Amino acid sequence: MDASPLRDPTIGTGAAAGGPAPGRVVIDARALSLTFDTADGVVHALSDVDLTVREGEFVSFIGPSGCGKTTLLRVIADLERATGGSITVDGVAPAEARTQRLYGYVFQAPALLPWRNVLANVTLPLEIFGMDKASRLEHARRNLDLVNLAGFEKKFPWQLSGGMQQRASIARALSFDPKLLLMDEPFGALDEIVRDKLNEQLLKLWAETAKTVVFVTHSIPEAVFLSTKIVVMSPRPGRIIDVIDCDLPADRTLEIRETAQFLAIAHRVREGLRAGHSYDD
Amino acid sequence: MTIDAAIAPASRPRGPGLLARAFAGTTGPVVTIVAVLMVVWYAAAVWLNAPLVQSETPLSTAELVDATLALERPLLPAPHQILIELKKTVLDTPVTSKRSLVQHAWVTLSSTLTGFAFGALLGLLLAVAIVHVRSLEKSLMFWIVSSQTIPILAVAPIIIVVLGAIGVTGLVPKAIISAYLCFFPVTAGMVKGLTSPDRLHVDLMRTYDASPSATFWKLRVPASVPFLFTSLKVAIAASLVGAIVGELPTGAQAGLGARLLAGSYYGQTIQIWAALFAAAALAATMVGLVGALEGFVLRQMGTRR
Ligand SMILES: Nc1ncnc2c1ncn2[C@@H]1O[C@H](COP(=O)(O)OP(=O)(O)OP(=O)(O)O)[C@@H](O)[C@H]1O
Ligand SMILES: [Mg+2]
Repeated sequence: MDASPLRDPTIGTGAAAGGPAPGRVVIDARALSLTFDTADGVVHALSDVDLTVREGEFVSFIGPSGCGKTTLLRVIADLERATGGSITVDGVAPAEARTQRLYGYVFQAPALLPWRNVLANVTLPLEIFGMDKASRLEHARRNLDLVNLAGFEKKFPWQLSGGMQQRASIARALSFDPKLLLMDEPFGALDEIVRDKLNEQLLKLWAETAKTVVFVTHSIPEAVFLSTKIVVMSPRPGRIIDVIDCDLPADRTLEIRETAQFLAIAHRVREGLRAGHSYDD
Repeated sequence: MTIDAAIAPASRPRGPGLLARAFAGTTGPVVTIVAVLMVVWYAAAVWLNAPLVQSETPLSTAELVDATLALERPLLPAPHQILIELKKTVLDTPVTSKRSLVQHAWVTLSSTLTGFAFGALLGLLLAVAIVHVRSLEKSLMFWIVSSQTIPILAVAPIIIVVLGAIGVTGLVPKAIISAYLCFFPVTAGMVKGLTSPDRLHVDLMRTYDASPSATFWKLRVPASVPFLFTSLKVAIAASLVGAIVGELPTGAQAGLGARLLAGSYYGQTIQIWAALFAAAALAATMVGLVGALEGFVLRQMGTRR
């Protein structure tokens, strides 16, 4: 896993500044659809989804509950198979991307193993990949630093707050330096103050690591604050109804949420969500 | 309400009442229950044994009560008679004597532990096989469950007699009966334990493209540890029952089962109860030891607070 091109700071800042189309295509979905056969009929979780995510982008999926955000993320991660259309992740099929360990996945719940302390939880993927112990510790320490959890290595999950647990799970997803970070409502269960703080940290982390991030959220301010691109989705059938470019400056702070530019983008997202709903009723 | 609230802080420093304090720990309730049990036991002993008391002269109530609690072969021995018998056969008899209860307990314990070791191992292996080859679950589970519906009292003599006929006697047949009784709780518990990780954790391992063996060792096995100890506690108690049952049909010379049988043969009720108490103490000790090991392991794993 050669990290050097990702470490190039110009890619990250270029993307954040919303300049001309940045890196190469990382996720490419064409006419993607997915149906679940359930006991009470067929559920169209995804229908005719087209999506392009480029290297270094921070893309958020937003939409009401049941619109297929998680399903789309799981298709990208090869945790679910699409029933129609095509998708590539870093130029290959999702199954191959998964076996190449191209992405780190952060679930809605921290999903830490209760019998492992923070350090051992973060080294779990590295153990599975067969990395030697010294490098494992080095990687884990670096990523715990990144999420501000240095000093908590020996704590067990139950000794941590919800926000700290979620940060540990982010450190775990980052531990093997994947190109792509897939995050499913990682801060959904946290209160707004903690969430704001973690949003700032995540933005900083993204700028430092220059990773491509796909992020699921229910929160309009969170989506606008974090993203370079917002994908608005709508349920029954789950589909994309708007893709909004979000060209806020790279070195944004929480205060930016008061600016006219921020509010204008937030307004457009809200309009999109509303349109998706009225279509339904 | 408001008056109560105003008074409460003033009365608080006196602390909880004597009774409440006695019940705060575990000692209070235990002592109370034992005391009640003793009263009921003595009353029952007097009532049940009274018809057995023979006397030419009419007895006073006090004499009658004394007599009911001092019979050589009472219907229900009094607790102190059992304690005296226990003291006699445990402390006052050399371990090498065949009247020593310690020796009998040791004979039973050795087949219990042997059977437990093999039974638990067999139970584990079956659980791992079932979890790995899901199609085994339906076929294997059917036979495993069927095996447990056959009453052990019917199977035990068959095992003892058949093995005895080919010259296998002593510890081995008893251990086989123990193993037969104790593999099932381990299989059932471990199948549950090994499949206990939730979908989230299984998905997490999938995102790492973890091999089945990595998923097994790093996720399924640690998740199953609490289930393992719960089933081991059931299994070791069942194993003791198996060893005692295995001592009954042969008219074995040694073991707690043999003591029970000899006691009932000669109407030695006190001896029966002493053997029963020894078996209960043995079971409690073994379950307690497994529990202590469980506490230690879970603390090491960091999952016990
Ligand atoms: N395994 C499954 N089997 C059957 N139906 C499913 C399955 N997973 C999801 N669905 C259905 O697919 C649709 C999309 O679900 P999904 O979890 O992707 O929604 P979501 O946008 O993530 O919602 P939320 O915001 O509540 O997390 C829903 O109608 C859901 O009921
Ligand atoms: Mg979801």
